Amino acid sequence: MRDEMIFEGGFSDVSRDSARAFRSAMNAMAHPGRKFDLTGAKPPAPLSEATAGLLLGLADANTSVFLVGEHDTDIIRGWITFHTGAALANTPDEASFTLGTWDALLPLRQWPVGNAEYPDRSATLIVEFADDGENARLSGPGIQTHQDCALPAITPFRHNSALFPLGLDFYFCQGSTLRALPRSTKVEAI
Amino acid sequence: MSDYNFAYLDEQTKRMIRRALLKALAIPGYQVPFASREMPMPYGWGTGGVQVSAATLTPEDTFKVIDQGADDTTNAISIRKFFEKTAEVATSEKTEEATIIQTRHRIPETDLQEGQILVYQVPIPEPLRFLEPRETETRRMHALEDYGLMHVKLYEDIARHGAIATAYAYPVMVQDRYVMDPSPIPKFDNPKMEMAAIQLFGAGREQRIYALPPYTKVVSLDFEDHPFDPSKAEHPCALCGAEDSYLDEVITDDQGTRMYVCSDTDYCESRRATGHIGTEGTQPEEVFA
Repeated sequence: MRDEMIFEGGFSDVSRDSARAFRSAMNAMAHPGRKFDLTGAKPPAPLSEATAGLLLGLADANTSVFLVGEHDTDIIRGWITFHTGAALANTPDEASFTLGTWDALLPLRQWPVGNAEYPDRSATLIVEFADDGENARLSGPGIQTHQDCALPAITPFRHNSALFPLGLDFYFCQGSTLRALPRSTKVEAI
Repeated sequence: MSDYNFAYLDEQTKRMIRRALLKALAIPGYQVPFASREMPMPYGWGTGGVQVSAATLTPEDTFKVIDQGADDTTNAISIRKFFEKTAEVATSEKTEEATIIQTRHRIPETDLQEGQILVYQVPIPEPLRFLEPRETETRRMHALEDYGLMHVKLYEDIARHGAIATAYAYPVMVQDRYVMDPSPIPKFDNPKMEMAAIQLFGAGREQRIYALPPYTKVVSLDFEDHPFDPSKAEHPCALCGAEDSYLDEVITDDQGTRMYVCSDTDYCESRRATGHIGTEGTQPEEVFA
């Protein structure tokens, strides 16, 4: 493990960069399926800039991050621990943020969806996903009529939104762009 | 360089509030608990709104604060100055120029656009609180979508007064799921809540955050035979002549003479600046000429 890969690549101006990162994350969550830029982080591969920016802006000692698949490496563990102080979750049900590629995150039922009295006690899944063409039509809060976007699947998201107000919230990150899919969004195939 | 951390709050507190805001946007109308901090102002002066604004502001934002529609009241001015000092953000009194508007008890008359954020100061976030004081019970009622009690309350209004007497903090149903308190805005403002801007609600003392993404379905509760009526005083504004704005009633002498003026000062001034003059109004320039 090379130390410089762990210690470098955080925000250069923590409070202002975090504020901008949050604005992107909030705009994305408030406009499901729409693309927003999230720049400023320079993480080790295979973390994308947007994923790293989300973690720097939102994760800290009060949250736990669960890494799956190829994202569960010593360098990424070290980078997240050094820059955010977040604990790395050992079991899926402890995860506030879960990070990986789509296939590695399946099955979705392993992640906490909250409970009827506290639906906010659920996991946010950060998915490294390359946009490969629009296959889904979204509607619901944050969308005036409909929004088309690329999703890695359709059925799991339909099941997720059927759980509302319980459910998982998703961020899809590619390079320095991100899109969000909250549990409140209805998903149809196109 | 300011001696304060950007936007006053420490980074860990802002992250905690930001996580709550994201959950709130994902579950529109649901009240997310958060660990409200002591602010350099007492509870009741907008500490919830200030914490939400602090967690939301970026250096590029233009910030506006209104108190009952007015930019020039003590509370609005002091909150605006607070963020001028601690976040060094630009401020404005113009609704169109602002990217974040913190409000106490009004929605601006001018339609808000995508990219704008409206932050409400909320005293009592729980719409069922005056009907059921126990938090454990109201939480269960929200979980079970058990809102019969709220309809009984509105029905009792009709039985006693002949109409629904609730004139402000009029309860709404969000996206057919959660009954939500819109904060003590006049019911005249309720229909504006289906808007293009993001709406964030902060209750400091009660430690709750909730939110509405743009275009979220927001329906004021009513009955088929007593439909919701967003009424206002039946007068034009005495200063700008507007007939579509929410009006304050101002008593002008000991004989009970009164005038009605726009509660939204920016809206009223912009109208007068473009030549709309009411019965007792003057163009803004003439005042200082």
